Amino acid sequence: MPWDRNQMAARAAEELEDGMYVNLGIGIPTLVANYVGDKDITLQSENGMLGMGPFPFEGEEDPDLINAGKQTITELARTSYFDSATSFGMIRGGKIAAAILGAMEVAENGDLANWMIPGKLVKGMGGAMDLVAGVGRVIVVMDHTNKAGESKVLKACTLPLTGKGVVDRIITNLGVLDVAEGGLRIVELAEGVSEEELRSATEATIVG
Amino acid sequence: MKKVYANADEALDGLLQDGMSIAAGGFGLCGIPELLIDALVKSGVKDLTIASNNCGVDGFGLGKLLDTRQIRKMISSYVGENAEFMRQYLSGELELEFNPQGTLAERMRAGGSGIPGFYTKTGVGTVIAEGKEHKEFDGETYILERGIVADLSIVKAWKADDTGNLVFRKTARNFNPPAAMCGRVCVAEVEEIVPRGSLDPDHIHLPGIYVHRIIQGQHEKRIEQRTTRKKETA
Repeated sequence: MPWDRNQMAARAAEELEDGMYVNLGIGIPTLVANYVGDKDITLQSENGMLGMGPFPFEGEEDPDLINAGKQTITELARTSYFDSATSFGMIRGGKIAAAILGAMEVAENGDLANWMIPGKLVKGMGGAMDLVAGVGRVIVVMDHTNKAGESKVLKACTLPLTGKGVVDRIITNLGVLDVAEGGLRIVELAEGVSEEELRSATEATIVG
Repeated sequence: MKKVYANADEALDGLLQDGMSIAAGGFGLCGIPELLIDALVKSGVKDLTIASNNCGVDGFGLGKLLDTRQIRKMISSYVGENAEFMRQYLSGELELEFNPQGTLAERMRAGGSGIPGFYTKTGVGTVIAEGKEHKEFDGETYILERGIVADLSIVKAWKADDTGNLVFRKTARNFNPPAAMCGRVCVAEVEEIVPRGSLDPDHIHLPGIYVHRIIQGQHEKRIEQRTTRKKETA
């Protein structure tokens, strides 16, 4: 059985180490926060906050306290606030250890496409281009194939890029792959998924 | 030095002209200068170029200036939370320049700090880099981005004193300080103007040197995505 959304999030949480400052994207990456356990992780929200807490209780929403997805959230004892230039200064400056992001396509050279589909409604890249260019480690969490069953793990991205050669590790419903010299290296298979299954769902070159 | 004005209309008096550029603070609908946007609508000033991370929603925030066709061009990182934006953009009525969010914030900060351009890795190898100067530093490629200097900045803060020192609240700070810095003139709207001396000088987020006019008013502070969790019951 391939991993489901929660299992993918749990696997991504294993990437995080005690003391890390981390930025989580929208979608499955948001779920990673549920699986950090006892690890001392500080979540950054790029609109200007370190130490992001959970959603507020009903009736306690504060319009002045939202995350980068514009959702109401809460603060923690460790929380700090700052402006957007400072926030992206810490991103661009490499102070954020890792970003866990969703993707439309990833290529074997680490290229990432996750912000626009030509001909479709384009909403913008938000902070994604800054994050992938600046943080220490970029971990992509996504389904291995699209709804039509086509691989999202490609030799070369077909969509406009968010970043060139920026991805370090890919976690999909089928397993874990690292961007390596000459292609992707299989790190791990999801429980019950064979190497053959993963290879046949991957368009990119697998080097081992 | 009189910085406090009675209302948004008076605070913008003499500052507006068609075709001008405006930097606006706010992220989504959080920390946006609601009252000054309303005053811009009322003024009828048009052909505006607005640098703002987002463009409000239908009928609220900068979305109001779309309804009245006062915006010619947006410089933003994320838009399309309103149907009217997309309609005007797709029909060619509205120009749009996408900037990565951190690049936009830094362009404002730089513009306000006398820095005409800066190099960043953000966007290298993407459409954002097309036509921009590329330069290598220590074996890595960077692109040149320009600082933004706007004719006018409109921002929202929590508190101000009468000298324009500003204090923001939680994530409503966002783009407001860099937007304030990059304007030739900055007008700030706040929830409360407090007596001089009552703000701790160590706790000022934006010094009054950047703020030329101030108004106090009531804010709707609309929530874009109300997300909550249930209280666990014993």
